[in-house]
Amino acid sequence: MAYFEYQNIFTQVQVQGDPEVGMDDQGTLWRERTKGSRFSTLLGWIGNAQLGPIYLGWAGLVSLATGLLWFNIVGINMLSHVDWSIPEFIRQLFWLSLEPPGPEWGLRMPPLNDGGWYIISSFFLLISVMSWWLRTYLLAVEHQMGKHIAWAFLAAIWLFLVLGLFRPILMGSWSEAVPYGIFPHLDWTTAFSIRYGNLYYNPFHCLSIVFLYGSVLLFAMHGATILAVTRYGGDRELEQIVDRGTASERAGLFWRWTMGFNATMEGIHRWAWWFAVLTPITGGIGILLTGTVVDNWFIWAQEHNFAPDYLAPYGYEAYGSYEDFGGVTRGGE
Amino acid sequence: MFPKWFDKWNSDNPTNIFGPAIAVGIVGGAVFVAAMIVGFGQPYATASMQTGPRGTGMHVAEFERSLAAGDPTVADFYTDEPFVPEAGDELAGDIYENVQVLGDLTDANFNRLMNAITLWVAPDEGCTYCHANAADGIYADDDLYTKVVARSMLQMTRNINANWDAHVNANYQVGVTCYTCHRGQPVPNNIWFRISPVNANAEGWSGIQNRATMTSNFTSLPSDYLEHYLLEAADGGYNPIAVHSLVSREQQMPGDPLIQQTERTYAFMNYIANSLGVNCTFCHNSRAFYDGGQNTPQWGTASLGIIMVQEMLADYLVPLQDVYPPERLGPVYGDAPMAACRTCHQGYQQPLNGTNVIHNWPELAVTQGPPDYSAFE
Repeated sequence: MAYFEYQNIFTQVQVQGDPEVGMDDQGTLWRERTKGSRFSTLLGWIGNAQLGPIYLGWAGLVSLATGLLWFNIVGINMLSHVDWSIPEFIRQLFWLSLEPPGPEWGLRMPPLNDGGWYIISSFFLLISVMSWWLRTYLLAVEHQMGKHIAWAFLAAIWLFLVLGLFRPILMGSWSEAVPYGIFPHLDWTTAFSIRYGNLYYNPFHCLSIVFLYGSVLLFAMHGATILAVTRYGGDRELEQIVDRGTASERAGLFWRWTMGFNATMEGIHRWAWWFAVLTPITGGIGILLTGTVVDNWFIWAQEHNFAPDYLAPYGYEAYGSYEDFGGVTRGGE
Repeated sequence: MFPKWFDKWNSDNPTNIFGPAIAVGIVGGAVFVAAMIVGFGQPYATASMQTGPRGTGMHVAEFERSLAAGDPTVADFYTDEPFVPEAGDELAGDIYENVQVLGDLTDANFNRLMNAITLWVAPDEGCTYCHANAADGIYADDDLYTKVVARSMLQMTRNINANWDAHVNANYQVGVTCYTCHRGQPVPNNIWFRISPVNANAEGWSGIQNRATMTSNFTSLPSDYLEHYLLEAADGGYNPIAVHSLVSREQQMPGDPLIQQTERTYAFMNYIANSLGVNCTFCHNSRAFYDGGQNTPQWGTASLGIIMVQEMLADYLVPLQDVYPPERLGPVYGDAPMAACRTCHQGYQQPLNGTNVIHNWPELAVTQGPPDYSAFE
């Protein structure tokens, strides 16, 4: 088969048959999870074809309920901003937003139509996110797994809490929180950087970018390496960790020849986990310091020999003039 | 259809031709596009104008095509040289009744200017757009609001040319005439009205932003920045535009600008950039927007322009509120139409591509007394 006859998107093999439900060694398996489970060819292209059963539990139910409340409060507020016009709601959807209160309200509760709904919906979102975190933790307990997923999720939640809770409290104003809207939250991002003297000169922002791009690089390197040695059983990573075979040997040899160093079959996952987790942790520290400890990052960076001063204006002779750029040429006037 | 041997050969030798065909198509297409670009040039070629020290990325980019095209309204600008007054020439103020602004012009220049104003502002409507009884030879009455507005606009134009030299002639003589805004239309493009709040059922900052409007330049930034910065505030002063902390660490006080104020400033800066067809780095080194030491000379010109517009609005445009008929007033508040950067610049660094529009019209460059014709003697 020629390579351009590749017939699937991500997954080579799709298994469909009796649903896999796990071991029911304590007889409690079906008590809390949905009964149904089915197969989807579409899902099978990108992952496991089996859909369900799902375990929600009380934490999942609380999370879904409060999350839906947040979602609906935001959406209905947007709808009210266009005076309940559905066509206008669709047209303006990416512009609309549930905005935090203005700075004049500080940390007080504003009227509902001036940021009050924002506070209420944020409260529900907080409960929703935190109970979903609890769910990841409790499910790991249930499966007698390590808690790596919960801690990694908590790193992202740290950034979320810094943006919407810790930093606004330290700044003494809910107005510093991020609006709930597609374009408006991007406006917030731009304004945040501009107001506090250019976030690029915030060293924690730099670190966060390093870990973000590093995560991407590690993800690509690891994924590519495993796919490349799948033909030798490299995709059975757990077995390769405890019983290193030719797949691991070849993968390790490849990277050692390429750059003198190779991670191990186990260690690469720690590399990836830490890079991913440190992205929001360092980013959150950077956000938390902005406006609370440092008010102008560019000046701060100059003071710490991190951004250069221009010693003198230079290059003036190369500056353009409007006459050479679309303007009317003046001639001898 | 095909000979038997051909069909037989095909069935004996099943070959997937789609794979190679796709590969050849992709490679061939890429080669074709590359050859076209090399042969005929980049269709979307851009040019850039350096605005800051090299290595800082400070430049303004523009399509070469648009640069070559320029502002299409330049060609329609009407101008002619003045008649240098000679001893004994009669003045318009002595000949005609009710000449309040241009009385010191000679008859010839007065009529020359009246003709030009007609061509600049109301070429289709003609004299009767301002002078209701022009057909009967009667020009003196103030029956039409357009004439009263035009008189005020003449004073405004003279004030801009005489007193705002540092803005309108910052690099070389350009000046303004009626045409700078009007471009042959009785109501200029790019005027603005107050429209905030733009959202229903919302107060405060929730009401004035997050809506695609003409004023917000179709962003979700605040729509009230023009009225906020360019119209007098309740205390009689003007609201500050700058939002930055000017030291690395400072004690923030209640009322100091935060995120929302920054978004409003950003909206205003975005408006100025769009009005001039430039970007941030035309005036600022974007690594430190606040730092005057890294701003370009254009920043100074633009800052004067902001003050100039504030004066124009307060002294000339807003006071005309009661002169206009209802159909000329704003859709939300019934306010007088107002001008700002875009009304003159219309997307170019200098209005009309920097055409010197004032050279032939010294009548529009004095606030009172006879014009200075020395350049034509």
